[in-house]
Amino acid sequence: MSNTVLPDSSPLPGRRLKRLMSDYPLVPLILLLVLLVAVLQAMRPGIVNPAWIATTIKFAIPLAILAGCQTMVMLTGGIDLSVGTVATMAAFIVATQGVHHDPGVAIAIALVPALLIGLFNGIGIGVFRVHPLIMTLGTGLIGTGFLQVYQRTVISTGTAVPPSLAWLGTGLSYGVPNALLLFVPVAAFILFLLNRTGFGRLLYAVGDNEHAARLSGVRYWQVILTLYVLSALLAGIAGLLYIGLIKSASLSLAEPLVLPSVAAAVIGGTSIFGGRGGYTGTIIGALILRVLITLLTVMQIAEGARQILFGLIVLLVTAAYLRIIEDR
Amino acid sequence: MTRFLRRRGWVAGLFILFALLLVATKIIQPGYGAGDFVSLSRAVLPYAFAVAAQTVVVIAGGIDLSVAAMMALTSVTAAAMMNGASPSYALFVVPFVLALGFVLGAVNGILIIVTRVPDIVVTLAMLFVLQGAALLVLSAPGGSAAEWLKALVVGTVPLPLLPDAVTAWFPKALLLLVVCLGIVWIPLKHSKLGLSLYAIGSSELAAFRSGVPVARTRILAYAFSGLFAAMGGLTLTMSTGIGAPIPGPYLLASVAAVVLGGVTLGGGRGGLVGPIVAVFVLRLVRTDLTLMAVDPNVTTIVEGVIMVVVVMLGAFLAMKGRSP
Repeated sequence: MSNTVLPDSSPLPGRRLKRLMSDYPLVPLILLLVLLVAVLQAMRPGIVNPAWIATTIKFAIPLAILAGCQTMVMLTGGIDLSVGTVATMAAFIVATQGVHHDPGVAIAIALVPALLIGLFNGIGIGVFRVHPLIMTLGTGLIGTGFLQVYQRTVISTGTAVPPSLAWLGTGLSYGVPNALLLFVPVAAFILFLLNRTGFGRLLYAVGDNEHAARLSGVRYWQVILTLYVLSALLAGIAGLLYIGLIKSASLSLAEPLVLPSVAAAVIGGTSIFGGRGGYTGTIIGALILRVLITLLTVMQIAEGARQILFGLIVLLVTAAYLRIIEDR
Repeated sequence: MTRFLRRRGWVAGLFILFALLLVATKIIQPGYGAGDFVSLSRAVLPYAFAVAAQTVVVIAGGIDLSVAAMMALTSVTAAAMMNGASPSYALFVVPFVLALGFVLGAVNGILIIVTRVPDIVVTLAMLFVLQGAALLVLSAPGGSAAEWLKALVVGTVPLPLLPDAVTAWFPKALLLLVVCLGIVWIPLKHSKLGLSLYAIGSSELAAFRSGVPVARTRILAYAFSGLFAAMGGLTLTMSTGIGAPIPGPYLLASVAAVVLGGVTLGGGRGGLVGPIVAVFVLRLVRTDLTLMAVDPNVTTIVEGVIMVVVVMLGAFLAMKGRSP
């Protein structure tokens, strides 16, 4: 910054705006979200009403939780591609076990594979130092295989989504989605963890400079193991919520959310190389993606063109946002 | 000696593994013969090109998530252009599609350089773009391929002076694979550009300070990746006779085989032979499990376990090698 100081003591308005944006990196994200909603309202007047907002939030929440897993993992310079499989497994198992068991028991059973996959990821990445991309890709593949085998054994039982999950996933109380009852504590937990606890500091430290972190006495494998177990459990919870929202179990339920969850974290300003980012940006990133998807649906263009626009906009937003926050 | 083993050992081990698997296959299914090997080679083709595409980029220290989508786009483009056209028109289609892949790959690279967004995010965004473009070209599987192109991957190579029992083991698909990859990869690897690829993969900063044009090399790495992906897309059209706009499972498979083939994800190490042999190994495992009448879903588990265990083992050996 020092070498770009202008002779004039009052900087130009454009520069001041940019400075403001780089000091408060959430401002441009919120502006973009408002802009997208405004465009939507202009294209289809009256679409932005309380019911629409509730629906958008309902669909954004599972994505935001998965993106939360992605954010935490990306802070250490990793990535978790198994979240889709974990969420799908939790959803599918709760729907099939819900036929015979109490919802509470079914939910507990459904979170077991999440725990196992998280442990496996953590051991592979933390102890054996396997690249996170490969490890989570592999465990995701294994999980999908197990799920397919499991499906054979329950093919005759049918599915039953526990009513409590359906209430949580789809229900509204006074026009406010019930899913917020789950999401607000989860988000508060992640934010508290990242900003206020030693564990959160360790995540940033490991991602920023792993070698320095190790030399300062951080037990790398313990941090990584805890992180991936936590990520998998959150992904499992997101899956439980998602089945309450979609209400029909399938073997690829949450897979389409994986790449958008990475995109939401990246749009929210979390660096994929680690050490920089936070969860607030990610939540706004998830909302931006949801509004964008609605916008592209409302435009009534061909599916192919919609995907092209989605990819281009994600790239453009990320590039622009990186320019803004890196320009300090 | 140990150094030689460490450098070549991985690929040699893969060859031995492949041979062992062939023996195992013969034991499981005594009738397994040349005909099955020919169909194996045919099934491997698109996977092998996907892996080649991924390998080039990974050696240069990057990753390409858009490989499968690129294959889908080039495949439907070829199928749509050849639909109802004369066989000689296909002579124009093939170079056009290859050039398309090269250019789109270069676009990947240029976007990474210009936007300064991490490669994984850029290629992720391009995955959506290419997939969407494929849907615009053909909204449902369709199109057709010229007969002579289809014939290129069917059957065996008629070698003069050799008995049929031997030529039966030389599938045309394998020849096509070796020729296509060799024609691009061998000159590339021995050129200055090839050296630059390895250089920016092992240390971008050191390469930059030694005068390697990092940006240009990175763009070319993605361009060659696009070229290989386009070859993969063409072989998809050639072996199925149509183009399908939905990408196949080639992205996961390509990353798995790259790692299994001894190319480190950090970049700068490995070659093309290892990953290609790894693809054959993975496909043959699948065949074996099918022959043993194992539930195809269990096959997915086995594939995942192989991938994870091999990578863990490799990482563990690397740790051991570093500590003394």
